[in-house]
Amino acid sequence: MEGQEPENDQTRLKRLLEAVAQTRDPAAFEELYKHIYPRLRSHMRRLAKDFVIADELAQEVMLAVWRKAEQYDPARGQVSTWVFRIARNLYIDSLRRRMPELDENDPAFVPQEEIAADRAIINAQDAQALTRALGSLKDEHLEVLRLSYFEEMPHSAISSLLGIPLGTVKSRIRMACEKLRWALQQSR
Amino acid sequence: MGTTAEPIIRHHLEDEMLMLYAAGRLSEGWSVAVATHLALCPSCRGRVGVYEAIGGHFLDNEEPIEDDDAVAESWSRLKSRIENEEFPNVVTLRRPAGDRLLPQPLRSYVDRAGGLKWKTLGTGGAAQMIVPTEDKSTTVRLLRIPAGLPVPEHTHRGDELTLVLAGSFSDQFATFRRGDVEMADPDVLHTPRAGHGQDCICLAVTDAPLKFSSRLLRLLQPLLGI
Repeated sequence: MEGQEPENDQTRLKRLLEAVAQTRDPAAFEELYKHIYPRLRSHMRRLAKDFVIADELAQEVMLAVWRKAEQYDPARGQVSTWVFRIARNLYIDSLRRRMPELDENDPAFVPQEEIAADRAIINAQDAQALTRALGSLKDEHLEVLRLSYFEEMPHSAISSLLGIPLGTVKSRIRMACEKLRWALQQSR
Repeated sequence: MGTTAEPIIRHHLEDEMLMLYAAGRLSEGWSVAVATHLALCPSCRGRVGVYEAIGGHFLDNEEPIEDDDAVAESWSRLKSRIENEEFPNVVTLRRPAGDRLLPQPLRSYVDRAGGLKWKTLGTGGAAQMIVPTEDKSTTVRLLRIPAGLPVPEHTHRGDELTLVLAGSFSDQFATFRRGDVEMADPDVLHTPRAGHGQDCICLAVTDAPLKFSSRLLRLLQPLLGI
């Protein structure tokens, strides 16, 4: 490792996105683009299956990142979570489905501070602990979680897709969840 | 912390539904109810945030498609699209408190249907309004049950989600107030009744049985559950 404290990806992405938001810096956006877009292509292919449509959607997501940069609030989570939401909503739009969205400026919207403080509310810190725990999972564990998250897929189908026994699918999911639960408890 | 403007919500959404919503896999009808509950429930918003963070992590850990030509080509296309773009300075203001009965996004759905229009149900004074959506797999409606009266008998083959917006209702198990969600499956026989003093208005979504596939969430439940 070089330097005192190497800047990790998430910190770098935050810095770049804030530069886009504040100064519309095209160089910062290009760097952001080069990190996110190749991953986004894979992600959109997972969702859309059709590669041409997936690439088009990935481009639209990046355009939305440029346009909406100032809506990103670093206190609320990682850049990748924010991009994930944009990608999800654009994908749903592309299916001509509607994603009913919240409006925080609606007078009926109940902000967090109106709830008594002693209520334990899962917050950005928990999300960070979870992300760290996910980062420590082995690829094979992450993959079974990923399939359960994105696909309407029974464990038997995951088993034949990955070419591993059903029992292994189950034990991987169980181990992954135990690890995540443990991580979240530690953050409390 | 002093008095709160909103009652504490005691009956929350199930993790499976929150995860499907976060992953973008929940159909529109259910999503209307989920998003409307989320508008009222910071706690469930936090849990959705966790599932979205998981999604963000998956995105970040995708195998990058490092196809230099394609990346360069799409970058130059995008660059020409963003050059010379103008950014209107949009200032969003919290709108003045008006009628808070229907939180967003539900209110937009009702507005698009021409506003609240009740149709009486039978002779007991109960009324309903169908809330139109594009989703053919669910029925979304608003129900108004006069204070103190039982909820009219209705049959459904699948699951039913009820979100209270005004007043309350009780069954033999619990009382549900504004923001509370009840998930009933067709096998559970219960006879809810509106609370006294105020008509009960709720949002109800029904469908053929909801198919929850992943046992993943059962395992995560104790972690995120309330």
